[in-house]
Amino acid sequence: MSDKKNWPLWEIFVRSKNGLEHRHFGSLHASDAEMALENARDVYTRRSEGVSIWVVESSHITASNPEHNGELFEPAADKVYRHPTFYDLPDEVKHM
Amino acid sequence: MSEKEVKNLEEIFEARIARDEKIEPKDWMPEKYRKTHIRQISQHAHSEIVGMLPEGNWISRAPSLRRKVALLAKVQDEAGHGLYLYSACETLGISRNELYEQLHSGKAKYSSIFNYPTVTWADMGAIGWLVDGAAIINQVPLCSTSYGPYARAMVRVCKEESFHQRQGFEIMLKLANGTPEQKEMAQDALNRWWWPSLMMLGPTDAESVHTEQSMKWKLKRKTNDELRQQFIDQTVPQADLLGLTIPDPDLKWNEETGHYDFGNINWDEFWQVVKGHGPCNKERMNARVGAWKRGAWVRDAAMAYAEKKEARKKVSKAS
Repeated sequence: MSDKKNWPLWEIFVRSKNGLEHRHFGSLHASDAEMALENARDVYTRRSEGVSIWVVESSHITASNPEHNGELFEPAADKVYRHPTFYDLPDEVKHM
Repeated sequence: MSEKEVKNLEEIFEARIARDEKIEPKDWMPEKYRKTHIRQISQHAHSEIVGMLPEGNWISRAPSLRRKVALLAKVQDEAGHGLYLYSACETLGISRNELYEQLHSGKAKYSSIFNYPTVTWADMGAIGWLVDGAAIINQVPLCSTSYGPYARAMVRVCKEESFHQRQGFEIMLKLANGTPEQKEMAQDALNRWWWPSLMMLGPTDAESVHTEQSMKWKLKRKTNDELRQQFIDQTVPQADLLGLTIPDPDLKWNEETGHYDFGNINWDEFWQVVKGHGPCNKERMNARVGAWKRGAWVRDAAMAYAEKKEARKKVSKAS
């Protein structure tokens, strides 16, 4: 095996059509961003699955730790007043 | 972590799976779950990669342009499927290089079926029809497996796989309705690929060491024997449609069970091939390792070029 550096990992995001957001499709290895784009085209859009591709080097992504989901997301759990069903309205108000 | 804490986490984990929740890469998981998944997903990826070789053999000799573009597209899909699966496997904390190393050293296995030779054009038909047919039966339940990245990769794979089987069946259909020689060629391919296709669905339930745990983790949703029966029940009418005979004198519809009864599978042959003594094991590995080695300078050059470009960008920014 070669002692040279290995190609880094890239995360691939594809917009399937205009009007929709880019969605994570998977990852692949490439030597640079340009090659990542070209490889992403061949690996993830062989059947016209996309109109736009983003590539991001995986090491640049900072992810939350699921073990800390409690302190991170729980504060939202007891704020029912953020939801429309929290408010009592008479039935006569039909659409609101 | 104390033993008690691990036990507690394991219980929470098993309960999540029982509730049909998905497990994602950064979630806590038992070491055995991680290892089992690395083994299965990488085996699956390796099978896609090695699976390109028997078919690649016929791309330059396809009988028409229509057949050639279809076969090329199918082989390209297999490369794609291998890549989806490798990237799903890497989320479990193993590098691509380690995965390749395991394949090349023989430590990791791939599907035994790819160690059989493809001697005539009809083999392209039989592989698409039978081998991809068996693969689809194996893969569809995996779309709802518990490990998120694997399940997502399988959804993509299954969507693309149905063309593979149809192109194979079309090849068989054309040959079966052709000259007597062509029909004979189709029958010969069926004769050679039928039993290996049945073996491909794995050892019998009684012999399968991983089934019980894999069922619990939803890494397997049906047992090998159930999948095999499903494959046979589905394929026999297709062979009738082709006017070809399945090479099993014991094959018989069983009114009572609603399934086909079938003859004994030669499991000695299966284990021989798994252990490396199939007709093409050496040839396949030589082709794979050779391609990887011959490509080393390309990979190194691309990396050197990327680093040079990066360095230039820094210099021009600084000035």
